[in-house]
Amino acid sequence: MNRLAPVISFAAALTVWQIAVTVLHVPSYLVPGPLAIVGALLADPGGLLHALLATLSVTAAALAAACVAGVALACAMAANPWARALIKPWAVILQVTPVVAVAPLIVVWVGNPFAAMTLCATIVAFFPVFANTTAGLEATPPDLLDLFRLSGATRAQEIWLLRLPAALPYFLAGLRVSGGLALVGAVVAEFVTGAGGIASGLAFRILEAGYRLQVPRMFACLALLSAAGLALNAALGALSNAVLARRS
Amino acid sequence: MLLLQDISRTFPNGTTALQGVDLRVEKGDFLVLLGPSGCGKSTLLRLIAGLDRPQHGRLAWDAAPPGPGDVGYVFQDPTLMPWASAADNAALPFRLRGQDPSPAQAMLARVGLAGFERVRPAKLSGGMRMRVSIARALAPRPSLLLMDEPFAALDEFTRHRLQEDLASLAAETGCTTIFVTHSIYEAAFLAARVAIMSPRPGRIAATFSLGEPVRDRLDPAYAARVATLTQSFSALRAA
Repeated sequence: MNRLAPVISFAAALTVWQIAVTVLHVPSYLVPGPLAIVGALLADPGGLLHALLATLSVTAAALAAACVAGVALACAMAANPWARALIKPWAVILQVTPVVAVAPLIVVWVGNPFAAMTLCATIVAFFPVFANTTAGLEATPPDLLDLFRLSGATRAQEIWLLRLPAALPYFLAGLRVSGGLALVGAVVAEFVTGAGGIASGLAFRILEAGYRLQVPRMFACLALLSAAGLALNAALGALSNAVLARRS
Repeated sequence: MLLLQDISRTFPNGTTALQGVDLRVEKGDFLVLLGPSGCGKSTLLRLIAGLDRPQHGRLAWDAAPPGPGDVGYVFQDPTLMPWASAADNAALPFRLRGQDPSPAQAMLARVGLAGFERVRPAKLSGGMRMRVSIARALAPRPSLLLMDEPFAALDEFTRHRLQEDLASLAAETGCTTIFVTHSIYEAAFLAARVAIMSPRPGRIAATFSLGEPVRDRLDPAYAARVATLTQSFSALRAA
């Protein structure tokens, strides 16, 4: 029943939406009904899926980059107090700076559109992985750290064999949040670059359809983005569960 | 083996955990540090292990101070890595020094965990987890074994079994052992020598040699040990 509940509520909402739009004769350029949206989706499935793929490839590249950078910097901070003092303020600055404000600069500075968009999305996705991994590295049980010291462990052994495995559940929780943010970052980046005339993913298609008043097509893109976000979240959740289940 | 002279330790928050501790530990000794909670027993153990330094006083070792692997440490909590199997946990000291881990395997069997090598800590009982912890501490054949209330969180039956096993393991290996506890009964059963600590700031109030160990709790000699220790606690409280 718990699994069915969201499906039922979703189906009910769509039905009410469709009936309301039909009965009240709302024009589809204001609010299209679900059927009109599906129609728009089926009118150009190849184009939209191609755009979705472009958005997802930016998302995936950004998430991977955020993971590598987040974990590497968190490890550097755990290994060295100097690195910690050096990195922390920059990480916070990166987090509080609105990416929409810096994206146009990044697009200008980084010539390659894919690289520019990936960089924007990475900035958005970076912080949860970084902050969670840092918290996990610091939450290592102090008795185990003492035990490593007594056994003559090197700093590298301490991080590799103790702190990183202890931080894994924290990292996975951060990864799930960063996954969603990477998608948001990719969309924001596409809006900025799309407005600059570089054709790319779904967000650009939304802009384009908006200029042409193809509102059902805008909704179709939005639906695809939501579905992609849900799938990404579910996939990262499943990955996290699978990894943690192997440990107990 | 080890002489502690006038050791004092005050924490940054102003708490004086130890003040003027004098203690001698002989090679092969089974010394029990007995005292109420918060009397600085664990602090003293950490100082001996080299995990902490005293502000005042000195630790003098007969030979060279122990290096990595010379000291085995067992905490109140089993302190196992939850992601690693029993075998991998017991083999940790060997892995950290790049040594052959087969003694850990043998020690795991010796503490009664043959057949549980591949099991993760979450699937082991509290007593079994403590056995893994003891195997990890003893497998590298340390010259000094430090135990910080290792059985305090276990049920009475498991505690008795582990005390008996520890007594025979210590006798077998001849490892010098310093065992911290707040239980008079535990001290009476395990100790060759008992150092009673006063409440904070901790110092050694009295030391006893209890003579030949007793291995049967129904032996009147065990009851006599309990009585001796209880008496000295009452005397200390009156003083």
